[in-house]
Amino acid sequence: MHWNSLNDFFAMGGYGLYVWGSFGACALGMLIEPLLLRARRRAIVARVPAKELME
Amino acid sequence: MSAFFVPFKQSVQRDLLLAARHKTELITALFFFVIVVNLLPLGVGPDPELLRKIAPGILWIGALLATLLGMQRMFAPDHADGTLEQMALSPQSFTVLVAGKITAHWLVAGVPVVLMAPLLGLQFDLSARSLWVLTLSLLLGTPVLSLIGSVGAALTLGVRGGGVLLSLLILPLYIPALIFGAGAVEADLAGLSIEGHMSLLAALAVLSAFFGPWVTTFALRIALE
Amino acid sequence: MNAPLINWYKFSSPATFYPLAAKLIPWFTAATILLAAVGLWISFFVAPTDAQQGEGYRIIFVHVAASWMSMFIYCVMAFWSAMCLSFNARLSGMMASALAPTGAMFAFLSLLTGSLWGKPMWGAWWVWDARLTSQLILFFLYLGFIALQSAIDDPRRADKAGAILSLVGVINVPIIYFSVQWWNTLHQGASVSMTKSPSMAQTMLWGMLIMALAFWAYSITMALLRVRCIILEREMTNEWVKKNALE
Repeated sequence: MHWNSLNDFFAMGGYGLYVWGSFGACALGMLIEPLLLRARRRAIVARVPAKELME
Repeated sequence: MSAFFVPFKQSVQRDLLLAARHKTELITALFFFVIVVNLLPLGVGPDPELLRKIAPGILWIGALLATLLGMQRMFAPDHADGTLEQMALSPQSFTVLVAGKITAHWLVAGVPVVLMAPLLGLQFDLSARSLWVLTLSLLLGTPVLSLIGSVGAALTLGVRGGGVLLSLLILPLYIPALIFGAGAVEADLAGLSIEGHMSLLAALAVLSAFFGPWVTTFALRIALE
Repeated sequence: MNAPLINWYKFSSPATFYPLAAKLIPWFTAATILLAAVGLWISFFVAPTDAQQGEGYRIIFVHVAASWMSMFIYCVMAFWSAMCLSFNARLSGMMASALAPTGAMFAFLSLLTGSLWGKPMWGAWWVWDARLTSQLILFFLYLGFIALQSAIDDPRRADKAGAILSLVGVINVPIIYFSVQWWNTLHQGASVSMTKSPSMAQTMLWGMLIMALAFWAYSITMALLRVRCIILEREMTNEWVKKNALE
């Protein structure tokens, strides 16, 4: 643990934008992907009763 | 052996005959090559030093794009009128027939590019020796382009957005040929030996000649199912 | 002769794999979260400040993990493609399709984090070094695979065409990497290189490894989730879907 303060942690020695940009982008991607998959699954499940009615 | 050569020759001859009936298409592709290559100086300026440096790259990229332009023609027309299915069902080896079609494509699309390239190279003030290296690199490289392209043409047979999709699939696979081919000319311009580039290009040619027709035929069978 | 305890072939049918995947997902989700937590802790609180690159080098912990995953996933895709073509197994083809978007995302993140690392360190958003350029080409290969599969309507043909493409791709990746490296060294281009990483402290290596494992567990979770969606979409008309899909 070598961060003197929370500000230091966010600043990342001047590289804050780049470091947090990188980790942030990864976190964002790894959040959006499961959300998209959940939406995809819901769309399919919603279609199943409709198909059943068709037959 | 004649089980190979006779159907092969027939396949080549047939495709050449069909191409001869659509000469405009071929000349259009060749002109595309000329125009694309001529666009570059207009884009970057007429400085002869700069142009000489980028000439190998632009000539090779022009060749890539011109080859891609006519790639669909390899299988699409025959697929449309059912001839391709006939070939797949015939007692002759489908792979041999496909190899013939690829060869015909190279003769029709690749060879004119090889012949036109030195002329265009003159516009970039390449020396006679560099022009010779350029021609040789394209002579070795254009078969690779036809062979790899044929795999793409088979995979995208009858598919929506075929032509553009084909380019998206095939261009990354063209990169080694581009690097070794254009690199050979650049090496010559710098006064270095072209041996390394040429041998790698030749290796690519051998590899793709060996595996290309087989993979393409496999892909065609899937497309025809 | 004793029958094997688990009949693995049973799981090669989409219908039987579907519930198995459901059981596995929570475990891999837990693994992802755990590994990510440990990895992030190491990245920010254990790994020391680098002598040359200060705190900026910490990007390496996600950059390397993303790069490794994008390459690894492509190889796994190629494996399932080979299975699909060899055994004509529907599930293998579905698995390859399920892996592609995650792999493409990691390829993109690798490029993005690479740029964000390169800009402060070497002054440019992009350098044409062998690794970054090869990563870019890998990204194109992923896009091509996804584009081809989405353009073909018949799912069986899409599976097999994609399979051929990914196998051709996986064989070409070493060739492409070699040619790009050749191209890069001959042109004496970048005196900066993404491969010149800070001299590795032990903790840095551990951080990279754990983050890579976290991304790996994540990829498996996503692949399982996505393959379940694909199974549902394709087997829509089958009886078992109507009965069991809502689980």
